[in-house]
Amino acid sequence: MAAPEFELPKFREYPTVPALREGAMAHSKPYVANEKIQEAIGFQAKLDDDWRVTHDKVIAKFGELLGKYRSLKVFMDACVHCGSCTDKCHYFIGSQDPKNMPVARQELMRSIYRRYFTWPGKLFPQLVGARDLTKEILDEWYSYFWQCSECRRCSVFCPYGIDTAEVTMAARHILDSVGYGQKYSNEIIGKVFKIGNNLGLPGPALEDTLAGLEEDVKEDTGVAVRYPIDEPGAEVLLVTPSADFFAEPHIESLIGYGKVFHAAGISWTLSSHASEAGNFGLFNGSYETMRKVALRIREAALELGVKRIVVGECGHAWRVAYAFWNTLNGVGAGGKDPFSIELQKQLDPRYPQPSHICEVTWDLIQQGRLKFDKEANDHRIITFHDSCNVARASRMGGYAGGQFDIPRNIIKAVANKFVEMDEDTVREKTFCCGGGGGVLTDELLELRVKGAFPRMEALKRVVDAHGVNFMATICAICKAQFTKVLPYYGFNMRLVGGVHQLVSTAIRLGQEQ
Amino acid sequence: MSMTIFFAVLFYLAAAVFTLGLIYKIYDFARTPAPLSIPTTPAPTTTPGVIWRMFREVVFFESLFKGNLWTWLFGWMFHMGLFLVLIRHLRYFVAEAPVWLLFIQPFGKYASFMMMGGLIGLWGRRFFVERIRYISTPSDHLWLALLLVIGVTGMGMTFWMHVDVVAVKAFFLGLMVFEINALPAHMGLFLHLLGVAVLMLLFPFSKLLHAPGVFFSPTRNMADNPREQRHLAPWAANFEKS
Ligand code: HEM
Ligand code: HEM
Ligand code: SF4
Ligand code: SF4
Repeated sequence: MAAPEFELPKFREYPTVPALREGAMAHSKPYVANEKIQEAIGFQAKLDDDWRVTHDKVIAKFGELLGKYRSLKVFMDACVHCGSCTDKCHYFIGSQDPKNMPVARQELMRSIYRRYFTWPGKLFPQLVGARDLTKEILDEWYSYFWQCSECRRCSVFCPYGIDTAEVTMAARHILDSVGYGQKYSNEIIGKVFKIGNNLGLPGPALEDTLAGLEEDVKEDTGVAVRYPIDEPGAEVLLVTPSADFFAEPHIESLIGYGKVFHAAGISWTLSSHASEAGNFGLFNGSYETMRKVALRIREAALELGVKRIVVGECGHAWRVAYAFWNTLNGVGAGGKDPFSIELQKQLDPRYPQPSHICEVTWDLIQQGRLKFDKEANDHRIITFHDSCNVARASRMGGYAGGQFDIPRNIIKAVANKFVEMDEDTVREKTFCCGGGGGVLTDELLELRVKGAFPRMEALKRVVDAHGVNFMATICAICKAQFTKVLPYYGFNMRLVGGVHQLVSTAIRLGQEQ
Repeated sequence: MSMTIFFAVLFYLAAAVFTLGLIYKIYDFARTPAPLSIPTTPAPTTTPGVIWRMFREVVFFESLFKGNLWTWLFGWMFHMGLFLVLIRHLRYFVAEAPVWLLFIQPFGKYASFMMMGGLIGLWGRRFFVERIRYISTPSDHLWLALLLVIGVTGMGMTFWMHVDVVAVKAFFLGLMVFEINALPAHMGLFLHLLGVAVLMLLFPFSKLLHAPGVFFSPTRNMADNPREQRHLAPWAANFEKS
């Protein structure tokens, strides 16, 4: 690995709050989306030449969003600058840039809110920190709202639950609508609109991959485990992040899902139309984008006639599926309108809709329908990284906090050696991997490496103390991000993997059930 | 007498701005939809659970407790002190003080120390903690200064330069039935009341909106039940009609 062109944060013996380094990340900027990318997903192609036009559009859009989102409205008004959130963001801890303190990030927007939407800001701007919107401020938005992974860690500690992720989404939505989109995310959304998944893999390519996978697993285990796609009448539709089809270590988990269904005798299928669980509409904050992406799952479910919808290992996808699908595409229960009834009468009410693959596996384990050779995982000393969107924006199982217990229960059921990382870095206080929320792109590598720092510190401690050599997670972005940044901190990139990778290693296929 | 008239007018104005401003703001919060289910999880799955969570936030500042112990300590001292002081103040606005209000009087009196201690601690943070200094605006300082002025003058009257509280009460009870009774001429009292009026006038336009805001925060007041219930905002429902 070549030496990085930026300074790595240094591991601290006692994590204390770092000193401020103003402007440390001011240069961080993702590539701007070109006109083709913007137009393909229905946003303005580029910034207007006349700044005044952009200025007015920004303010108008801001006003519109204030009327549509209670979160934004309350969060703009309620912050008292108490400072509780200031040292909670992994990007601040890793970069020391004060504008990466959550409240300072919000303030980029709040200063505009106060100036244009409140009278103290109109009359006494300096007094309340209100500012006129300028092109420089818009550039600053572009820089720092793309230094937030929408991980919600700040909202855990805010006395009013102010969630900077909501503010970030609003800012990005405004930027998109005035033609100042981010290339990486918007290009991906375009691929989903056109082809059905983030990687732009067409149906035939998926079929080939899955056929190859069946051969590999057969060779490996001697058992004919199936990886079906577009099979009408299957009980389960599995929707998984498209990285699971190709990337390492993601694919190991996909192999694991197939083995679980095989061992439990559940018929299942993937869909080429809905071959993506991820939903980057969450990242750019546009409800319409998010809805449009989510509708593909509805369409596939209706077409294939499935009874259950299960989501693979992906953090933000699970947030969208768990918390938003019922709203966006009617996958859920309790709908009283024709749109949702149409789908909900087809789905089996005995299961939560949608279900997380971990819920499915854990349920089967409890019923005694899966058997494991735990020793097969004995070469691994395992820890678990809670992914931010699963931890702080969703749930698994029937009670609050099931999202923490169920993946751990599975790990303990399939392996013997498990250790926890520091309690301030797991469960609801977990640190983001540093690559979530639409920043998983190479030009933001410095941000990603610095943002991973708090997690790397916690990992380092269990590696040193317990010899941990496997960090399990249930998120495609976490897996890709860690694979890339682990080496910067002196770890092996293969240290990260999926929970169903562990399941896959230990599960007994074949007759016993 | 001119001071009496001045304060009478000022308090009618302040009361009107405060009440109407706050009602408008609350209405504005309430009418704005929350289109998606966004509680910060783990979150309660039922309404009683949400009420209990909100209770813990409002009474114990639970999230702040997790976030920063010093700020929590000072903030909680300030607000609990303020709460007791304000309860004690009810006696100026009810003709016949009920037993519990009489009972609470000494607590309210000494709670002022807690309130002031908290305020000083909070203000200290704005100078001595680098991060907090960075995010503080002039208005943050002015709010603390205003509350300190109100507190110092109030305590001055309580513990040192006493004022005719019976006359103060007569003045405020009078205002309520549009009668003007003389306000005792007392510099401390004038300052105290001026501070209070400014606070009331600015409340609905400032960060003090955190008080109603906390109840409307979707990350805290939504139940975590999106798989069982469909949340659909009116503006979002329109997409389904096309
Ligand atoms: C529902 C009622 C209320 C709740 C739950 C609440 C909660 C809080 C919390 C958690 C903080 C942050 C911590 C701190 O700095 O103290 C805060 C700050 C503050 N509150 Fe309240 N509050 C309430 C009502 C009020 C009222 C009625 C006032 C004014 C008279 C007030 C004035 C302030 C001020 C000035 C601050 C900022 C302190 C600073 O500058 O550090 N609050 N409040
Ligand atoms: C119209 C409203 C108010 C009136 C008429 C009023 C009047 C008074 C009076 C007459 C005293 C002296 C009590 C005595 O000598 O025993 C006092 C004390 C005090 N006031 Fe106020 N006040 C008002 C609002 C407030 C507010 C909003 C605050 C806080 C933000 C406040 C804080 C205090 C404090 C800390 C004391 C000293 C402790 C105590 O005696 O309770 N006052 N006030
Ligand atoms: S949501 Fe996460 S990344 Fe964004 S400001 Fe908060 S802590 Fe930082
Ligand atoms: S914790 Fe909440 S209220 Fe406090 S500074 Fe941060 S966003 Fe503002």
